Amino acid sequence: MSIAPLIDASVASLRQALDSKQVSSVELATLFLDRIAAHDPALNAFITLDREGALAAARAADARIAAGQAGPLTGIPLAHKDVFCTEGTLTTCGSKMLANFTSPYDAHVVGLLKQAGAVSLGKTNMDEFAMGSSTESSFFGPTRNPWALDCVPGGSSGGSAAAVAARLVPIATGTDTGGSVRQPAAFCGITGIKPTYGLVSRYGMVAYASSLDQGGAFGACAEDCALLLSAMTGFDRRDSTSLDRPPENHAAALRASVADAARPLAGCVIGLPREFFAAGMSAGIRAAVDAALDEYRKLGATTREVSLPNAELAIPAYYVLAPAEASSNLSRFDGVRYGHRAATYADLDDMYCKSRGEGFGAEVQRRILVGTYVLSHGYYDAYYLQAQKLRRLIAEDFRRAFAECDFIAGPTSPVTAWALGAMSGDPVQMYLADIYTTAVNLAGLPALSHPCGFDDAGLPIGLQLIGDYFAESRLLASAHHFQQATDWHQRRPALSQCVPDNIAKTRT
Amino acid sequence: MSRSDWEIVIGLEVHAQLNTASKIFSAASTAFGAPPNVQASAVDIALPGVLPVLNRGAVERAIRLGLALDAHIAPKSVFARKNYFYPDLPKGYQISQFELPVVQGGTITIQVGEGDKGHEKTIRLTRAHLEEDAGKSLHEDFHGMSGIDLNRAGTPLLEIVSEPDMRSSAEAVAYARALHALVCWIDICDGNMQEGSFRCDANVSVRKKGETALGTRREIKNLNSFRFLQQAIDYEAGWQIDTLEDGGKIEQATVLFDPDTGETRMMRSKEDAHDYRYFPDPDLLPLLIEPEWIERVRATMPELPAAMKARFIRDFGLSAYDASTLTASREMADHFQQTVAIVGAAQAKLCANWIMGELAARLNKAGIELAAAPVSPVQLAGLLMRIADNTLSNAIARKVFDALWNGEGRSADEIIDAQGLRQLTDRGAIETLIDEVLAANPKSVEEFRAGKEKAFNALVGQVMKASRGKASPAQVNEILRHKLSNLPPNR
Repeated sequence: MSIAPLIDASVASLRQALDSKQVSSVELATLFLDRIAAHDPALNAFITLDREGALAAARAADARIAAGQAGPLTGIPLAHKDVFCTEGTLTTCGSKMLANFTSPYDAHVVGLLKQAGAVSLGKTNMDEFAMGSSTESSFFGPTRNPWALDCVPGGSSGGSAAAVAARLVPIATGTDTGGSVRQPAAFCGITGIKPTYGLVSRYGMVAYASSLDQGGAFGACAEDCALLLSAMTGFDRRDSTSLDRPPENHAAALRASVADAARPLAGCVIGLPREFFAAGMSAGIRAAVDAALDEYRKLGATTREVSLPNAELAIPAYYVLAPAEASSNLSRFDGVRYGHRAATYADLDDMYCKSRGEGFGAEVQRRILVGTYVLSHGYYDAYYLQAQKLRRLIAEDFRRAFAECDFIAGPTSPVTAWALGAMSGDPVQMYLADIYTTAVNLAGLPALSHPCGFDDAGLPIGLQLIGDYFAESRLLASAHHFQQATDWHQRRPALSQCVPDNIAKTRT
Repeated sequence: MSRSDWEIVIGLEVHAQLNTASKIFSAASTAFGAPPNVQASAVDIALPGVLPVLNRGAVERAIRLGLALDAHIAPKSVFARKNYFYPDLPKGYQISQFELPVVQGGTITIQVGEGDKGHEKTIRLTRAHLEEDAGKSLHEDFHGMSGIDLNRAGTPLLEIVSEPDMRSSAEAVAYARALHALVCWIDICDGNMQEGSFRCDANVSVRKKGETALGTRREIKNLNSFRFLQQAIDYEAGWQIDTLEDGGKIEQATVLFDPDTGETRMMRSKEDAHDYRYFPDPDLLPLLIEPEWIERVRATMPELPAAMKARFIRDFGLSAYDASTLTASREMADHFQQTVAIVGAAQAKLCANWIMGELAARLNKAGIELAAAPVSPVQLAGLLMRIADNTLSNAIARKVFDALWNGEGRSADEIIDAQGLRQLTDRGAIETLIDEVLAANPKSVEEFRAGKEKAFNALVGQVMKASRGKASPAQVNEILRHKLSNLPPNR
């Protein structure tokens, strides 16, 4: 019997196949590794493949399964965004600066998933140091959108999103600082969740903007995300912002039976921020979002208008705070202890300038400059402090809104995937595409994006569901009920077009 | 105009290294002297992805200092990043505290000048904040390159900042000494200045006497001995006064002191000053200190030197100077208290004199610390009790002390018995000795009768010599005077 259909299977189905010995973990890993070999030359979703490590982990997983000690993810292939440190393999952050960097330790998330018996196949492409919304700023060349190879997959976790969408791997980790899980999930037609700030340890996750960075999960559906997120979450004393909470089984919560099977979301109130539905959204996205909301109403939810009056200030606040933190976080990349160092230099300052000038790409340098500026003497109050005030106002908006509703819904992005290079001349235009996602990070709230349709060009559209703090289980359960009634999450891009010969890999 | 027309204004910033076992934000050891970089963890070398976790012990030590200075211990303080590039600063920023330090305000009383002519002065503290130390750059032995040792990176420091309350280098040194004694007393710092555990920066400015506005200050960095502190301030203040008297202007600057030349020289001007771009560290939550935590720490605090000094004056009738000297260190105070506990409060002054005199002199001569003194408080007390009960004269007591110091006996009594040093107090025996001396020294007797008091002292000396020092000098005096006044005129 062919195991090829398992490429499209959910994690739960893979679990069943593994536990029933229909397939071994080694076979499963090989299946996906071969698929990566066939299709990744066109997609460029991976920076590093770890075939040897994957097969070793798969053998260990098989032994564990044979011993009857398998957990939900034992033997399941996955991939890590290359921002998570992995012991013994490269961790590049998509940057020339770390192109040769091997971490001597595992990130907390990587360690948890190893313990769970998941099989990491490799590290996925990303915008350099997670700065970007298109995965075009990677030193290792852009990742392409499996739905249209001339389009971006979104970013910064574009490699993970594209890999899951193209079924190069069933699930993948990502990080979300201003939308970097949700927006690529939307662009690639998959499901992605960013949990409440503090639930996923940042230890070993190379920092971009520490107060906003949060690990997240990608899967084809909410259930896959629930399984991955449950395994990634857990208190870590090495991260002072990690929250010490009892573990949650999001997948069990999502499978829990409901009183009225036909109307599983009865009693659920979905808030629709009038600011998110104002002008600026394309007609195709508007129609898809409206149709999805109709579906939610059919499932028993009610909708009501809410207001997030300061939401429009999220972009300026974000693009002050995130670069400010980044300018400091990236100071450690100085060419002294690890990473890129210029071949020749005149003195210490010259070594710093050349090493950093050569090691960092344009977008990273731009954000370091902006961040340095807004923290400078005389500008700190006007920019940084002002942005912190906006941040509090934005969080306060959400607090008021959640007094009136359980979730907030809207489009994940005002646009669908754009053509490669279309935004590269206009960074501010790209920043503005984060309009619906950044406010969530500023408030530290959980949110997910799930597919809800396609535009005229056949590109996926995502619906964002924002929850109150620690509402991950309910968010995932709601998306799951939506996905039980719809099939957007089962649509797959036609990868026949991904012929390696036709696509020249770009390297900047 | 002369230098006496000027007033010197000094404020100090002291970096006290906290004596925690591990670093302020990592689990690596803080022990001094390990081979380069063996005590640098992933956090200390700032690998990608690592995060700081605050050491509770460092906070507890900050609370101890706050309590000792009677300062405000902030219920909420904030760690901030101080951003600058340097190879021995692995993260490219130092985690420190900026706008909201953990300790705010406070005072310390210093003793200015020696003996009972000195006076007390209270110096106000501005703040004390927690921060991490940087590593070390090693510029020798690397053939034109620099070596980086990150063992020290992340060592916990308290930066203790005073108000500009000091008016002379002597006051500055007295303040630094008092603070040094205090941080050692409350056991938050080992005080080892050679190893850099206690380092001073001095902000120095001058102004005409009577002026109220502060002059422009220059900061002298990294003074690691009290002597250098004094020399550096004296030179710097003199230089500033000369510059102003010559019609020059003082520009704000950071300067370094060169111990070889005794001069300060400019390191960087205000224009070159870094913009450190401080902002709250998003990797660390605000430091919240509950009143309960402060009370738990308070319960472990020793009696503070100021309180102990007041008690010594009150309970033992000691002078302020004696009480200050005895409370200059916890070891000294403990030694004194243990001695007094045995000898008795009535002899506290005797105990003080011996500890500050004979014992201190011997320690000084031998170049050892009190903790290593071969004479224990119990042994010293045994000796002092024999002085108090007239068994020993002071002169013989010093011999017994020497014997104790040299380990010739376990106790004063043992030495006294073994060497037959008990004071001669038998009246008949002393009278016999005196009679012999008078008979043998008619010339001195004549001189005394002629009114020369010196001759009396000579006769006392002869009697003491004849007793081999054991006669009680008071008794000899009394009996001799009696006998001389009752001698028949010109036999």
